[in-house]
Amino acid sequence: MSRIKIDVPFKNESEITSLNAGDQVSIWGTIYTARDAAHKRMVEHLEAGKELPFDIKNQVIYYVGPTPAKPGAVVGSAGPTTSTRMDKYTPTLLDLGLKGMIGKGYRNQDVVDSIKVNKAVYFGAVGGSAALISRAIKKVEMVAFEDLGTEAIRKIEIEDFPAVVINDIEGNDWYKMAVEEYCK
Amino acid sequence: MKEVHYQDIVNSVASMCQDANYELGEDVMNAFKNAAKQEVSFMGKEVLNQLIENANIASSDRVPMCQDTGVSVFIVELGQDCHIVGGSLYDAINEGVRNGYEEGYLRYSIVDDPIHRKNTGDNTPSVVHIELVPGDDLVIHMSAKGGGAENMSRLQMLKPSDGLEGIKNFILETVQIAGPNACPPLVVGVGIGGNFEICAYLAKKSLFRPVGERSDQQHVAKLEEEIMNDVNKLGIGPQGMGGSTTALDVKVELAPTHIAALPVAVNLNCHASRHKKAIL
Repeated sequence: MSRIKIDVPFKNESEITSLNAGDQVSIWGTIYTARDAAHKRMVEHLEAGKELPFDIKNQVIYYVGPTPAKPGAVVGSAGPTTSTRMDKYTPTLLDLGLKGMIGKGYRNQDVVDSIKVNKAVYFGAVGGSAALISRAIKKVEMVAFEDLGTEAIRKIEIEDFPAVVINDIEGNDWYKMAVEEYCK
Repeated sequence: MKEVHYQDIVNSVASMCQDANYELGEDVMNAFKNAAKQEVSFMGKEVLNQLIENANIASSDRVPMCQDTGVSVFIVELGQDCHIVGGSLYDAINEGVRNGYEEGYLRYSIVDDPIHRKNTGDNTPSVVHIELVPGDDLVIHMSAKGGGAENMSRLQMLKPSDGLEGIKNFILETVQIAGPNACPPLVVGVGIGGNFEICAYLAKKSLFRPVGERSDQQHVAKLEEEIMNDVNKLGIGPQGMGGSTTALDVKVELAPTHIAALPVAVNLNCHASRHKKAIL
């Protein structure tokens, strides 16, 4: 099965609306890393009337906390973490223009609904495939919250990042569809 | 009385931390390969093949197979005729973790306080269980336990009348709730009996057994087999992408319990099932 090539950040809404749960994709371009502590701090910034450390419009966030890079390497191992823990903060970010997320595992109903309303997409990557995925990361730049170490926000350039569309704009959930197909 | 030196423990622990994270166990690799042959779903098969490729990259490049290099959990069998010299066993293990994680470019994933949540910056303290045993060996079992699968683990105090059916239902329900979050295909560790903390410990301890190895007690082995078949009918599949490989293995450990009690704990492990053993 061939993968659908996706360029990010997104430019047109049709690039998102054409995606269906279960599509295998290859993502190219620039994305941002953020996980638990960075999400908490971003939302605290917003509540305090401050701006986010980067322009989130049309962007994709990758839920990851990489291992330290070995000397000479661009990045350490960098697979997806469980997205569920970011659910509390996600609708706020989607309302501000975030268009895509890469992680692993279920999203709650609030996020699924917000993805639909805001015409966004949630991709699942293979958890535990961090050495392989790190080869798709070509450049890493510190953006904000450096004190959070592995949990800091970084801008990364990716080429041929493998993922699957889990939640699409129709409210479909690939994890649920897959279980229904194979449950005996 | 045999003497084991502090520094030897430090060095042994440091290399176990790195090997556990770089080298997928042979038991797990065999389980991946068998599963990839038998998996009925296309995407499930793709995930398994990706995990095999990932393990090969990690091993050849000496990099962690997963970015979550885990909480370092130890089960230490301390022979009662073994004398540790040069410092405390707990300090030696933590120093080994500190060195292993720093020198091995492994991630620091421990926060000092569950409320304030400041990273300790060296992956300590580790979790150490010590069992006093006959003999003069010091046997150290190490596991790099990831957060994703640990978060989906559960414990319930069932009633004796719930019986085997209640136990099985609780295990299946736990795997179902975990879905893709716990990084299937899983190793499902089950502790039955004992009391509140013993059944949780047994579930954890069962995960240190090699994948693919059945219990040496016949009735427990049969139970492991039955639960494994039921789990693999759930359809979750590798990474929740659908399929017949939801668990690579199921491990069960039993302990005597109170006449009123039937505690059951399910400790899930992700597909990497990172565990190492050293004898000093």
